[in-house]
Amino acid sequence: MPDLTCSLLGLTLHNPIVLASGILGTSAALLERVAQAGAGAVTAKSCGPAPRTGHPNPITIEWGHGLINAVGLTNPGAPVEAPLLAEARALLQPLGVPLIASIFGGTPREYGEVARTIATARPALIEVNISCPNVADEFGTPFAADAVAAAEVTAAVVANAGGIPVSVKLAPNVPDIVRIARAVGAASASALTAINTMPGMVIDPYAGRPVLSNRSGGLSGPAIKPIALRCVAQLAAEQDLPVIGTGGVLTGIDAAEMLMAGATAVGVGTAVWYRGPEALGQIVAELDEFMAAEGYTSLAELRGLALR
Amino acid sequence: MHRIYALREVREENARTRTLVCDGPLEARPGQFVMVWLPGVGEKPFSVAGDDPMALMVVGVGPVTHAINALKVGDRLWVRGPLGQGYELEGERLMLVAGGYGVAPLRFLAEQALRRGMCVEACVGARSAADLLLCSDLAALGVRLCLATEDGSAGERGLVTALLTGRLAAWKPDLVCACGPVPMLEAVERLCAQQGVACQLSWEAEMRCGQGVCGSCECRRPGWLACVDGPVTVG
Ligand SMILES: Cc1cc2nc3c(=O)[nH]c(=O)nc-3n(C[C@H](O)[C@H](O)[C@H](O)COP(=O)(O)O)c2cc1C
Repeated sequence: MPDLTCSLLGLTLHNPIVLASGILGTSAALLERVAQAGAGAVTAKSCGPAPRTGHPNPITIEWGHGLINAVGLTNPGAPVEAPLLAEARALLQPLGVPLIASIFGGTPREYGEVARTIATARPALIEVNISCPNVADEFGTPFAADAVAAAEVTAAVVANAGGIPVSVKLAPNVPDIVRIARAVGAASASALTAINTMPGMVIDPYAGRPVLSNRSGGLSGPAIKPIALRCVAQLAAEQDLPVIGTGGVLTGIDAAEMLMAGATAVGVGTAVWYRGPEALGQIVAELDEFMAAEGYTSLAELRGLALR
Repeated sequence: MHRIYALREVREENARTRTLVCDGPLEARPGQFVMVWLPGVGEKPFSVAGDDPMALMVVGVGPVTHAINALKVGDRLWVRGPLGQGYELEGERLMLVAGGYGVAPLRFLAEQALRRGMCVEACVGARSAADLLLCSDLAALGVRLCLATEDGSAGERGLVTALLTGRLAAWKPDLVCACGPVPMLEAVERLCAQQGVACQLSWEAEMRCGQGVCGSCECRRPGWLACVDGPVTVG
């Protein structure tokens, strides 16, 4: 029997499969549900300084090779989110499933303030979303593409995180992802999450217009898996922070590929659209089966295999 | 991906309500829903009111529903679905309980139940006679009707749940299927529990992604998603 135990920043996860931010992470009960379904860790929906209703419908569409979404960072604001996360942490504790919070803001100062509020809930990790493509220049996008700005945001969050480790969520659509990673690492980030969605547009030819109300959105699912694998491989090869490899993982075999690219843990989002809330547990079982069949006994044997 | 339908027929049900009949089928079960997109206007959930051809009943309450209700025969609709869990027929005697616009999926359900040889009764309630919808359709199918209006302008004066109390005792249905406002559904749930009758209830919620990802439609109890776990609860 392969050992799927995964250590990430001193945390011990039952397995490396982590619920990605923005998928079913809107309430304590939904986070608990995904944990019960077999996730190794769960990430909450990104939360910012103030409540946002997000964009009007349509906010998602399946277009043949994955999803495009522009939810628009719907969230109740950090002061409401913090007690919700505390409740989630209490529900997750007996299951031994760590909680990852996710935050965004409009300025480094705002990121710092949100971090300070959210840190009161004592999540195991704070993920910093500097890369949501769906809110134009309003939140985050400039940070993901600019090493100096990304480092400033990271420093502001680390300073306010009360010792909780920080992971920075990177965008794929930058000329040199390793440069951004090194900059946030120098600003004391402890980990990286890669990747966020890839900006795109889906047009309905019969309607003669984009399907999403926001016109453009973020691509996720199968279409972005090769993009994610390349980003993760580059990060694993050229810098030292552990990576939560995310993007297009629908099956246990996909998860194995992500580990082979050098990921320490594997984020899963869009699989829930295709396979339901049980997706994460199914992926864990498939990874286990793949490892057993291929003669791997631990994640360490898979990790970075494709880079050697 | 969307499936594009053109409207084959538009039926006026009352001043605010139309039944839109499309130009093709949709393989759906009663109680399931679709997301309807009108380019440039928006996207909203509707329960499926007929499968072959696909039909929807639309009440004009906001910008999107008003725009959909302004469509004419030949105009197009973009449809995603069917989504969610529908009703599951069982037993021989089926009681439908409809409040206001909740009658749309239940007429579709009645059609299927009758085709399976079940005996179907319906308790239909609304504010006034003008708000009673699809009653002649139900009667034409062969459904025995009991009506209630809050102002007494048709049927009994009062709530549909008062009718149901009497019929549960007198007719002893095997299954109650209901769709309507939340207080009505909660009352139906209570009455059925008291009488030990199985009931299936369709709950309305804000739908965004419609496919169990965004979490917007969590309702009823913590962690329950109307879009994938419902909208019908079976219990
Ligand atoms: C509907 C939806 C909402 C998302 N919301 C967020 C979010 O709030 N914060 C965030 O950091 N990423 C968000 N993401 C991005 C995912 O966390 C993930 O990085 C991306 O979808 C790629 O992984 P996947 O292919 O497994 O979905 C969202 C993705 C989807 C599909």
